[in-house]
Amino acid sequence: MTVQEVGQPRRRKEDAKLLTGRTQWTDNLSRPGMLHVTFLRSPMAHARITGVDVSGARGLPGVVAAFSGQDLAAEQGSLPCAWPVTEDIVIPDHPPMAVSEVRYVGEAVACVIAVDRYRAADALEAIEVDYEPLPAVVDMTQALSADSPKVHETGNKAYEMTADFGDIEAAFRDAPVVVDRTFVQQRLIPTAMEPRAILADTDGESFTLWSSTQIPHVLRVMLAVVTGIPEHKLRVIAPDVGGGFGSKLQVTAEEVLCLLLARKLGRPVKWTESRSEGNLTVHHGRDQIQHVRLAAEADGRIRGLQVSLLADMGAYLMLLTPGIPLLGASMCNAIYKMDAYQFNCTGVFTTKMPTDAYRGAGRPEATFLIERMMDELAAAVNVDPIEVRRRNWIRHEEFPYATISGLTYDSGNYEAATDRALSLFGYDKLRAEQADRRDRGDPVQLGIGVSTYTEMCGLAPSRWLADANFGAGGWEHGSVRMLPTGKVEVITGTSPHGQGHVTSWSQIVADALGVPFEDVTVLHGDTAIAHKGMDTYGSRSLVIGGVAVLKACEKVKEKARKLAAYVLECSPDDLEFEAGAFKVRGTDSSKTIQELAYATFTAHDLPEGVEPNLDSDATFDPDNYSFPHGTHLCAVEVDTETGMVKLRSYVAVDDIGKVVNPLIVEGQVHGGIAQGIAQALFEEATYDAEGNLLTTTMADYLLPSAADLPMFTLDRTETPATSNPLGAKGVGEAGTIASTPAVVNAVVDALRPYGIEDVRMPCTPERVWRALEGVRR
Amino acid sequence: MPRITVTVDGITYEEEVEPRLLLVHLLRERLGKTGTPVGCDTSNCGACTVMLDGKSVKSCSVLAVQADGGDVVTIEGLGAAGEMHPMQRAFHEEHALQCGYCTPGMVMAAIDLLREDPEPSEETIRQGLEGNLCRCTGYCNIVRAVRKGAQEMGQAVSTP
Repeated sequence: MTVQEVGQPRRRKEDAKLLTGRTQWTDNLSRPGMLHVTFLRSPMAHARITGVDVSGARGLPGVVAAFSGQDLAAEQGSLPCAWPVTEDIVIPDHPPMAVSEVRYVGEAVACVIAVDRYRAADALEAIEVDYEPLPAVVDMTQALSADSPKVHETGNKAYEMTADFGDIEAAFRDAPVVVDRTFVQQRLIPTAMEPRAILADTDGESFTLWSSTQIPHVLRVMLAVVTGIPEHKLRVIAPDVGGGFGSKLQVTAEEVLCLLLARKLGRPVKWTESRSEGNLTVHHGRDQIQHVRLAAEADGRIRGLQVSLLADMGAYLMLLTPGIPLLGASMCNAIYKMDAYQFNCTGVFTTKMPTDAYRGAGRPEATFLIERMMDELAAAVNVDPIEVRRRNWIRHEEFPYATISGLTYDSGNYEAATDRALSLFGYDKLRAEQADRRDRGDPVQLGIGVSTYTEMCGLAPSRWLADANFGAGGWEHGSVRMLPTGKVEVITGTSPHGQGHVTSWSQIVADALGVPFEDVTVLHGDTAIAHKGMDTYGSRSLVIGGVAVLKACEKVKEKARKLAAYVLECSPDDLEFEAGAFKVRGTDSSKTIQELAYATFTAHDLPEGVEPNLDSDATFDPDNYSFPHGTHLCAVEVDTETGMVKLRSYVAVDDIGKVVNPLIVEGQVHGGIAQGIAQALFEEATYDAEGNLLTTTMADYLLPSAADLPMFTLDRTETPATSNPLGAKGVGEAGTIASTPAVVNAVVDALRPYGIEDVRMPCTPERVWRALEGVRR
Repeated sequence: MPRITVTVDGITYEEEVEPRLLLVHLLRERLGKTGTPVGCDTSNCGACTVMLDGKSVKSCSVLAVQADGGDVVTIEGLGAAGEMHPMQRAFHEEHALQCGYCTPGMVMAAIDLLREDPEPSEETIRQGLEGNLCRCTGYCNIVRAVRKGAQEMGQAVSTP
């Protein structure tokens, strides 16, 4: 009896090398004759470049070359934006190295190539750049005023997009309850633990680029377009990659420039960023001002929702910049029924680092605003926050459900997840303790926060992407080949960087082909090995890439079935497949898939028309997104004297459909929750009025440590997805999407008796204390 | 240039180094010990943690010359004869790593905190690992792994 692999908490195949230091981080790699690149970066947020003199650097010991933007202007092209979200969007030219104007602090203006990184760093000091300062544009609201200085000649508005569903005016007309709030989604720095690193090499004709990227395949296509290097002469490799969270879903200036430098010099070049360089120049996340209005009946039933966003694009539109806030457009209505919904978003240019995908990408922002509004609605109609959600959510018997914003949610059970979470959390007991502390006037108040989130993930059905004017499809590719000894090589187009695809895909294949888990290997992240792929982001890898691998296995099995029928002298229909063997029904006669693989290797006796291999591939493009959901509950203790917020307990019950590896899922949820909490309580990228980033180091940008977080209590409910044969829903972003509003709702809940109805994120002791001071006066 | 003698993972090296060369760059770029990664430039993240003369140090904050005459153990030299150290095994068993970039430093810091408290509480572990940042795990499984590793190390020591 074979144990089914899918569903087992298999320990990861990836771990051994990571635990023993035998890793292939890009910065670990070396090539004969390799040179090191450093970039000189603009100290000005906005300035005209009137002169760059690199001659001082060129003569220094160990320096091989130095270039300015002008030196590279003819060949460097413009960094791509793949998501022109509206017809009249303004996509400014984006030179990888600034030539005539800089528009954010950190933009590269020159580079040095030297024999080692110390000398390359030293030589930057010998470069002279003349700047003629221009006014910084830091504040989004001011950027849109008529007298604001302009980031680009075309002005500061990148685009405006409105979507209307139902009659929004009717929903608000004579509404008994209207809640009106403005929330700020602060700017975040994704901060994958591995800083970016790039190594580019050429043999004079072909190029290889190693990069700490989430998207080797997308990168190859884009780099071919930008640099003019023919796609078939360019190989992109993502070796071991130390986290991404969206920050490595990008076509970066440094990737383009390293390729150009390798081409110019005919030698391998490597660049590795310092963390401070990364804080300045890895794309940032979030950064929205959200004006939200909600109309409801007196009992809390929602009539309509009106969302108006200002989204900070930063100085340029990078790969997905303009589309990120719009990923939330279909999600603000969340799990709730309503008659009307209006979404409006204006993308604004500022003289700051561009924003782009960061864990959740648009959905955390949307979920935050609606889950905060549900608590505000609960307060307005004086109903428990759980109850107000119950009165509005889609009931489990209503699935599949066509939402107001045009999506069809295939499955879910919000009641079940919520009931389970309430019970694990001890909701009633905590509410009683809260009432007691309020009565006693305890200086430490208890706050309870809830978030009944859903999200759309598994990016994405290609037809949806077409409707959204996205520059690519959303399919994923997988290949499976049986080796002569019966082992299995799997090639996936996904590009893992911590998610454990090698382990999970092995489990899927072990079940599908009836081979031992240990006999499966998974190759990825190299365009010369995985020839097709759309890579890893948007919680898509399992529900699209894992399914592609499953479908490739099915094809292999069908090939094997024909061969088995020939060998066993029966009809293919007489064969049953179990535990890796084809067996003639009702007899003892059988052939294992390994025996059949060997038979194709020798190919001594194959039936007419059967090719000698048990290899196949499949490309999967889903019909729909997957819609994970869940209920997260958070209890915080707020010290009203110091403003300190302490997380006391956190319960998450998630419904992510069928689970391949519960251990990996648990890890994803833990990490996701931590990142969402980080937004709620700790992290913020701040720029001063002159456009200087103040949080350039880990000493200034506060990532939570082990000492800042509690244990999380997790559980799951399970309604299988119908959009893929695994029944799985994505899990990579769910925790982050859910936890931020749960925590802020808890903080506000603790402070509501004081008349406080919002605290801006991150809810630091100072912010909480100031909010209390504001009402005490 | 100063000449230093340093033992790394049991092998003694003699190197001429610039006075400003960081220990982590000596390890990575001169000795090929790339198992120890660099995660920041302000000694906040702890990814580069190694043992120097039996105590954990952030190797980005130690000059190579300061390690002269010292004995360095990195993640690569932790296990014996192809076997993983109990703490490495515990990280694997408890799924205490995802991307794995912080892991070498986290494992070294975990072992170091057991020097002072071989049976640490959750609170002690959390405080003890404050100088090592992880972006993937939310630390839950790291805390569990350190507990498990501590138990197994305790048993390993007490086994005759």
